[in-house]
Amino acid sequence: MLNQMTLSFAIIAILIIAGATAAMTFRNLVHCALAVAVAFAGLAFAYLQLNAQFVGLAQILVYVGAVAILIVFAVLLTRGGEAAEKKVFSASWIWGGAIAVAVFGVLAWAIQHSFASQREPLPEAGASVKQIGTALMTKYVLPLEVIGLLLTAALIGAVIIAMREEDKSK
Amino acid sequence: MADLDQIFVTLKHWLLGQFANVLPECWLPIISILLSLAPILIVFPSFFAIMTVMERKGLGRIQNRYGPNRVGPFGLLQPAADGIKALIKEDVVPRAADKLVHFLAPLVLVVTAFTVYAVLPIGRNMVVLDLDAGLLFFFAVGAASELAVFMAGWSSRNKYALLGAMRAVAQMVSYEIPLILATISVVMITGTLSLPQIVLAQGTYAGLLPDWFVFTPWGFAGFILFMIAANAEANRSPFDLPEGESEIIAGYFIEYSGFKFALFFLAEYVSLFAISGLGITLFLGGWNAPFPALAFIPSWAWFFIKLIALMCLFIWTRGTLPRLRQDQLMNFAWKFMIPMVLINLIATALWRFIDAGLTRWFVCGAIVVIAYLLLGRGLMQGKKIAKRTYRFAD
Repeated sequence: MLNQMTLSFAIIAILIIAGATAAMTFRNLVHCALAVAVAFAGLAFAYLQLNAQFVGLAQILVYVGAVAILIVFAVLLTRGGEAAEKKVFSASWIWGGAIAVAVFGVLAWAIQHSFASQREPLPEAGASVKQIGTALMTKYVLPLEVIGLLLTAALIGAVIIAMREEDKSK
Repeated sequence: MADLDQIFVTLKHWLLGQFANVLPECWLPIISILLSLAPILIVFPSFFAIMTVMERKGLGRIQNRYGPNRVGPFGLLQPAADGIKALIKEDVVPRAADKLVHFLAPLVLVVTAFTVYAVLPIGRNMVVLDLDAGLLFFFAVGAASELAVFMAGWSSRNKYALLGAMRAVAQMVSYEIPLILATISVVMITGTLSLPQIVLAQGTYAGLLPDWFVFTPWGFAGFILFMIAANAEANRSPFDLPEGESEIIAGYFIEYSGFKFALFFLAEYVSLFAISGLGITLFLGGWNAPFPALAFIPSWAWFFIKLIALMCLFIWTRGTLPRLRQDQLMNFAWKFMIPMVLINLIATALWRFIDAGLTRWFVCGAIVVIAYLLLGRGLMQGKKIAKRTYRFAD
């Protein structure tokens, strides 16, 4: 497996892991949010490296452009982004780490022995944006509509919550 | 004529051939990339320097004063003086500032501002990266600049900077929706997200007018909506609330001095050029000449002629319109721009499916005009609009 790993993939993987680790260990919440944005961007680069242009660019547009901003806003509006007083590591971090390693081991074992790993690799079909669009508009139009409806409902709900607060203050 | 049109492409290939003689083959892709990027990194900052003089001169004319006229002939060397001043100024970082984020913010902003040029076709065969999803790339990279603005505002540990950053992010998130939806109509007609192909789709001539998308009802409405949203994305007057000098001093870059301040300035203008370039590519025919008779002028020259024209439009707007209030800004985005853009999408869909002829002109034009009138009337209802009277100034 290791010899298949290219240099670009190694850089991207280090970027993702460094971003995620930093997001867990930094004291300041805004720093954590920015580190998460780095990890999101790294993930997008990984998609782009796999020739999935649409997914990679959508990842940047949605996660770096919107979700990271949302996290930052939430941090700022709720607690002012001040650094935490308590230690970042809890007392029982050894147990947490052991469980994480165990879960990783089980999952890795399962993936190695699953039928998916014995499957022949698919012929390389660079899924173009056009193909994705056509599939979304024909074969998967119902799931798309359902997701759209769900998001609209969430949007309306958010507006209603915000409106009620305004009425109380009057 | 074809020689002059392709002069930069030929030059690049010639240079690459020269490098191939002296360097091993594995270096050539890197050299090729560098040769494509270098012109962008040279031309657009120079264009920025010229534009600052033009803007200050133009604003001066509008405000009935001279503008810069001391450095060099007609004040043309003013940007050189400004650049030297920015370089030798002391770089002050507030003691309470978050040093690393404060340092990174202008860099991230400049990098994102330049990265979007990778997909912008500046002339025939002159695009660095012909991506299948070029338009998506443009918006994805542009969205990352919001984070840079926030980083600048937050790391300064200054109330005004944070207020400016909050305003900027709220404004950019709101206006990004009409900006992207306005471009969707072009994608619906051309059926591609690749910017060079969108330019090629506008390369024909129908009678007197070229087949640019701005000369269709939906394209005209889309172009105007796009330019308004682009103006707001670039934080320029009348949408310059994030940096409103009279309210929050300078907004998110208040605590930056010296060359970092210059970098903010550069990034703002460079991204303005980029988004105007996108507007040219999508609606104004890209590098195509307006008439077949004028096709002897090289394609890259047409791009820059159109860019300068759009810049003049931006300067004119900045000089004539007063700054909006925050609630007016948000109302305008959510109650006028977004419904208008959605209706424009319907008009585009109809244009796509009705046969060519006067019928579709009439139908699509009617939809756009009626929507504009109804939305405008509806939003104006219950508002008293009259000439402002002054007690002492009249």
